Amino acid sequence: MTAFLTIIIVLFIAIAIWQMVKIFDLAQVGASNSQIADDKDNKLNGYLMIGFLVFIYVITIVSIVKWGDLPLLSNSASEHGPQIDNLMTISLVIIFIVQTITQFLLHYFAFKYKGEKGRKALFYADNNKLEAIWTIIPVITLAGLIIYGLFTWTSIMNVDEDADPLVVELYAQQFNWKARYAGQDNVLGMANVRLIDNDRANILGLDEADPNAQDDVITTELHLPVGKPVLFKMRSQDVLHSAYMPHFRAQMNCVPGMITQFAFTPTITTAEMRQNPDIVDKVKNINDIRTEKSKELVAGGDEALDPYEFDYLLLCNKICGKSHYNMQMKIIVETQEEYDAWIKEQATFKNTITAN
Amino acid sequence: MSAHADTHAHDDHGHHHKETFVTKYIFSMDHKMIAKQYLITGTIMGIIGIVMSLMFRMQIAWPEEPNVLFEALLGKWAPNGVMDADIYLALVTIHGTIMVFFVLTAGLSGTFSNLLIPLQIGARDMASGFLNMVSYWLFFLSSVIMVLSLFVEAGPAAAGWTIYPPLSALPMAQGGSGAGMTLWLVAMAIFIASSLLGSLNYVVTVINLRTKGMSMTRLPLTIWAFFVTAIIGIISFPVLLSAALLLIMDRSFGTSFFLSDIFIQGEVLHYQGGSPVLFEHLFWFLGHPEVYIVLLPALGITSEIISTNSRKPIFGYRAMVVSILAIAFLSTIVWGHHMFVSGMNPFLGSVFTFTTLLIAIPSAVKAFNYITTLWKGNLQMNPAMLFSIGLVSTFITGGLTGIILGDSALDINVHDTYFVVAHFHLVMGISALYGMFAGIYHWYPKMFGRMMNKNLGYIHFWITAICAYGVFFPMHFIGMAGLPRRYYTNSNFPLFDDLANVNVVITVFALIGGAFQLVFLYNFFSSMFFGKKAEQNPWKSNTLEWTTPVEHVHGNWPGEIPHVHRWAYDYSKPGHEADFVPQNVPLMDGEEELQH
Repeated sequence: MTAFLTIIIVLFIAIAIWQMVKIFDLAQVGASNSQIADDKDNKLNGYLMIGFLVFIYVITIVSIVKWGDLPLLSNSASEHGPQIDNLMTISLVIIFIVQTITQFLLHYFAFKYKGEKGRKALFYADNNKLEAIWTIIPVITLAGLIIYGLFTWTSIMNVDEDADPLVVELYAQQFNWKARYAGQDNVLGMANVRLIDNDRANILGLDEADPNAQDDVITTELHLPVGKPVLFKMRSQDVLHSAYMPHFRAQMNCVPGMITQFAFTPTITTAEMRQNPDIVDKVKNINDIRTEKSKELVAGGDEALDPYEFDYLLLCNKICGKSHYNMQMKIIVETQEEYDAWIKEQATFKNTITAN
Repeated sequence: MSAHADTHAHDDHGHHHKETFVTKYIFSMDHKMIAKQYLITGTIMGIIGIVMSLMFRMQIAWPEEPNVLFEALLGKWAPNGVMDADIYLALVTIHGTIMVFFVLTAGLSGTFSNLLIPLQIGARDMASGFLNMVSYWLFFLSSVIMVLSLFVEAGPAAAGWTIYPPLSALPMAQGGSGAGMTLWLVAMAIFIASSLLGSLNYVVTVINLRTKGMSMTRLPLTIWAFFVTAIIGIISFPVLLSAALLLIMDRSFGTSFFLSDIFIQGEVLHYQGGSPVLFEHLFWFLGHPEVYIVLLPALGITSEIISTNSRKPIFGYRAMVVSILAIAFLSTIVWGHHMFVSGMNPFLGSVFTFTTLLIAIPSAVKAFNYITTLWKGNLQMNPAMLFSIGLVSTFITGGLTGIILGDSALDINVHDTYFVVAHFHLVMGISALYGMFAGIYHWYPKMFGRMMNKNLGYIHFWITAICAYGVFFPMHFIGMAGLPRRYYTNSNFPLFDDLANVNVVITVFALIGGAFQLVFLYNFFSSMFFGKKAEQNPWKSNTLEWTTPVEHVHGNWPGEIPHVHRWAYDYSKPGHEADFVPQNVPLMDGEEELQH
């Protein structure tokens, strides 16, 4: 019944708008019989073009001031992060300049040359020099961006095996993450989803016969020692997922049937990041918002929200089904000692698998 | 000529079969009627697609809050008015599918290629009127199936419009991947057939049926754009068809093209050896050219309208043609930029970064040529002109962020975030929609013999323009803050709590912008019956369609087809009294044609 009433109400609103438009329409009849723009229209819309130019500039400035300095943009926590951020900044500056100039020319010309009866436009069909100019300028700019971009990309994607990276598997399933550490030998044991045996707690399908698998450690939290290169090997057991770690400027899809990889070196521990003034501000801001919201919730008889504390996160960033929006894992970057202490406490695969 | 032509129209074509209601309005083989059919079907699909987007925008702004609208429109998918997470993904998926394919491919190309190709090249009709009719009715059938898929028990397709397997292949992975996905695939297979028939027809018509004097270098840019678009469609759509067929095989006949090593809901599936990445390659081999299938016709329409309303020749005709061809060529070798983090070889990432950024060059040439066309013009601010200028504006804003997304290193961190959503909505969604609106306002007199109300057109443009920026500009920033797209709610991530108010702003703009499309719909439908009767050539345009009588006649011209003596852009040419010289006017003594 409510549904029916709602549809009726929405229909009425639509009809009301329709009727208002119609009244407007009918009121126009006397004013101008022609539906072709005349000088008055040209003038009005010419001025509106300038107004719109101002609007574009204002929304740009407001967006940059209000949301442009999000801490996530300027505080990368990985070694390659600043490279990406630099390239991003350069690109954004170029975009900003080109955008400001071209939008100005477009809207200003639309204003300046608004039609007047009796004036004749300039017959100006071609100019090879001009065409050459605006072919060559983008070519040079883009050549720079391409070269810079490709160097950055190559240096990020090339895994330096000599640096003796810590090998960690990120394992995705609907709708959670697991991490598998390679253990003492730093070699991940063989695994295949066909070997999964949930009854015996072999949840990632490790090959029990593989000696490398025995000391593997499976966890639901990702701990990383600061300053040490980490080589992630990604696997998925069901559908596509994407391991997105925005603070580290890292992302790679997890593809069933193949192993993908991404490597980076975390440079800032979670504890340090929590002290970062930008992050402190951000957390405070978020907590203010949460307190406000909690008041409403409590008033409505619900529980208040927990206060927010900063943590690095791994998010799923490839549509993977119903609970895609809540597929996350906490990442903790800590000192080597803290990491060693933590990993020692975790049970190895050999010890967690239950006997036949 | 028109009044004279009108009276003879029926005599001249007395030998035609007497038209019944069915042959005239339903199974018509007349390209002008088919264009209208495409337009109206596309408009209806557009309404569905936009309403869906407004619904999921409300969910994003006010997550999990009861909404009577949801209860009314979504039924069991919104228990107590709270939108279900599955239907959220379905709305996102079907919105994308409908807008990209049904509105901006069929609705835009289908309408204007059909209407303008024969009229502007001087042909009596398409090369094959019958295929043209079949093409429309296949499109209609596929629209019906797509809409019907919304009512499937387990829900419509919900794997995103890109339908990446395994999510789209396994009903146990997602409710929408059952019958809903089957219908989606069937609808798309039929759609592709329709699109191919249409495209073949356009290409053959442009090549063979140009009137005397209409050399390729005298073609209006609209026709160039439609022609090249049709070629890209013929090259790339069959690849999507093959991907869809292989996916159907995987889903129904146990093959493993795209699937391998899957453990889901407690059991191992038999699939082995396939690769989802293969599907991504096949999908984007169409998917990226598709962007230009959507965009090029809009740019073609804009070229024509900006030139006409500036009363100036389009600047750099030859450069415009070359850039269309360059964009078309490049569009087929850049698909990998959607897959930088898909797990494909990083070296390929480098190659695709290189080819992708090259597209910026012809795009920049086009943008600057539009701007130069305005320079020292005598701009007639008709609604069509406003939408064309608006297109150039959003094309620049949206296009520029392409140099970030096309750069593999930068894509790592903004891939699949709202930054991408902002980028492609501005550069292909809004731009192409503006192109479509511009085309409708401009050629409405040709289609319906009446004028649309200009003042309603102004209101429609300005509100839409403000809302489009209001929606998509802030979206760049929440994307750069790392907010992933396709999240039903962000409330599980306190990290993003400070972005919640941005999402509210975006949704409010979207709702206002959506509501004001009613102004357009009113104008569109009421003008058909009550609009002012159109003159033969209301915009004082040079192209041939305006030499046909206002009342449609089968065969377009009652008498001889006009011959063409010049290019389409002799506006304000020195030595002529009027500020336009139609293409069928012979050169005066001693007048030189521009060499192109």
